[in-house]
Amino acid sequence: MTSSRKSTLLHLGVLALLVVLFFVLPPYHAGNLSRIMVLAIYAMGYNLLFGYTGLLSLGHAMFFAAGMYGFGLTLNLGGWPVPLAFVAGVVCAGALALVIGLLALRTAGVAFMIVTLMFAQTGYLVVLYFGTYTRGDEGFVIQQAQRMLGGFDLTSETGRYVTALILFAICFLGLARLVQTPFGRTLVAIRENEERTRMLGYDAGSHKLRALIISGAVSGVAGAAYALLFGYVGATFATVQYSIFPLLWVLLGGAGTTIGPLIGVFFMFYLIDTSSTYTNAYMLIAGVVLVLLTVFAPQGLAGELRKRVFKWLP
Amino acid sequence: MAAVSILETRGLTKAYGGVLANSDVNFKLAKGKVTALIGPNGAGKSTFVGMVSGRTEATSGQVFFEGQDISHLPAHKRMQLGLAYTFQITSIFPGLSVHENVALAARRKLGKDSEALEAKVQAVLTRVGIADRAEQIAGDLSYGHQRILEIAMGLAQDPHVFILDEPTQGLAESEVDDFIKLVRSLAGETTILLIEHNMKVVMETADFITVLDQGMVLAEGTPAEIHANADVQAAYLGSTPHA
Repeated sequence: MTSSRKSTLLHLGVLALLVVLFFVLPPYHAGNLSRIMVLAIYAMGYNLLFGYTGLLSLGHAMFFAAGMYGFGLTLNLGGWPVPLAFVAGVVCAGALALVIGLLALRTAGVAFMIVTLMFAQTGYLVVLYFGTYTRGDEGFVIQQAQRMLGGFDLTSETGRYVTALILFAICFLGLARLVQTPFGRTLVAIRENEERTRMLGYDAGSHKLRALIISGAVSGVAGAAYALLFGYVGATFATVQYSIFPLLWVLLGGAGTTIGPLIGVFFMFYLIDTSSTYTNAYMLIAGVVLVLLTVFAPQGLAGELRKRVFKWLP
Repeated sequence: MAAVSILETRGLTKAYGGVLANSDVNFKLAKGKVTALIGPNGAGKSTFVGMVSGRTEATSGQVFFEGQDISHLPAHKRMQLGLAYTFQITSIFPGLSVHENVALAARRKLGKDSEALEAKVQAVLTRVGIADRAEQIAGDLSYGHQRILEIAMGLAQDPHVFILDEPTQGLAESEVDDFIKLVRSLAGETTILLIEHNMKVVMETADFITVLDQGMVLAEGTPAEIHANADVQAAYLGSTPHA
């Protein structure tokens, strides 16, 4: 079996597993999984930029929040229908990524980290500044009545799971395909050696900008989906914490692998969930496990699997 | 030089602060030939090809490629026009397979045509003699093989002009001989601009030689002419030229 056949089977297998899990898992865990899938979309968006293109952003919360507020505000204040508001959220995130990219991509390395961090901080302050509309830290709830799609109730456990799974599947398969295209391969080349890539005749700058826009837009999908499925929009999601999360998830799961983000989110979610049932110091346990993983599995869970067992892992 | 020139520089100058790395270099590259650029360390050879390829911005002067003024084009646009460049310090994609390294070089032109791409990669790897290492990770190759891989990446682009910056540096004697054969086999197929310290390589491959010294063109001519040139001997050996 060729590597590409294997990876197609793997991706379809993961999706099939997620379908099966819905029927066998108790409701509590199925609910968790809906949330994990939405957050995994965010992690996948981040992974395209960090894992594949080699650009470490510390400001992705601004794209997540742009998707969330773009959706929530047009729905709540503008009275837009759900699909249109959702598209608005994604477009907001993509457009923000374009503007940020034009400015931030003039820098590289540590400077890029700091510039994105600063822009995200600005984004957070903008949310607070326009508190009249955004309700600032307090945030606002999206009423259950608004979270309907053609008679389909998105607040029910099933509605949530199905929506999260469909969105996850689109992003998962789409990104898995994207990184195999000549465009995706060029992103990897930029990560590995940008100067060489440029001297092979590729426009590295435009590739990085496009990667950032896609990454931002996918993060926006996650932000909008989060607001849609869990009914809350708040400034917490624009804080630096939410910029660090995707980095941790991707590092844990395996940067530059297609299944790493899902594994990373899943692992961290249940690490905190499980440890918090035993002790109040659950963050301590999480911290120790993270340190151990970074020391013993620096390429993340999927990355180590690829290195040791499944060399074909995409 | 009577031959048709494919690449030309006029008054190309690079100043680093007050130091002139290149001053007023007028150079013509004969189409389909191998031209060697030689000169003592610090003569400005790498700076010169840096300005030609677009890696280094020129302080003044112009570069013409196939009749077109490319002085203000960024490096990747120049590569798209048909220049290819190998680095003096080996620059490959160490984390990717040998196959993917060459595929990246070929893919810009062949795009999504995966059959043509595969054929191209195989042909190039066979030509330089590392086809059996296609699946190896490039960073695991020996230094000599990494240099050869970089040349393969250049060839995969089917360049009109192929700039090689000290390609034999650090190669073993036998590898140097293979390199000489390879360059000879390319004669007529493409135009080569070779920066080289190894005089054996220069004398056995070059049709023309240009000598740079202190950022300026000191002499130009066939290997035999350069060999007999007193100024060149002086520049290399430091002796006083005969009056």
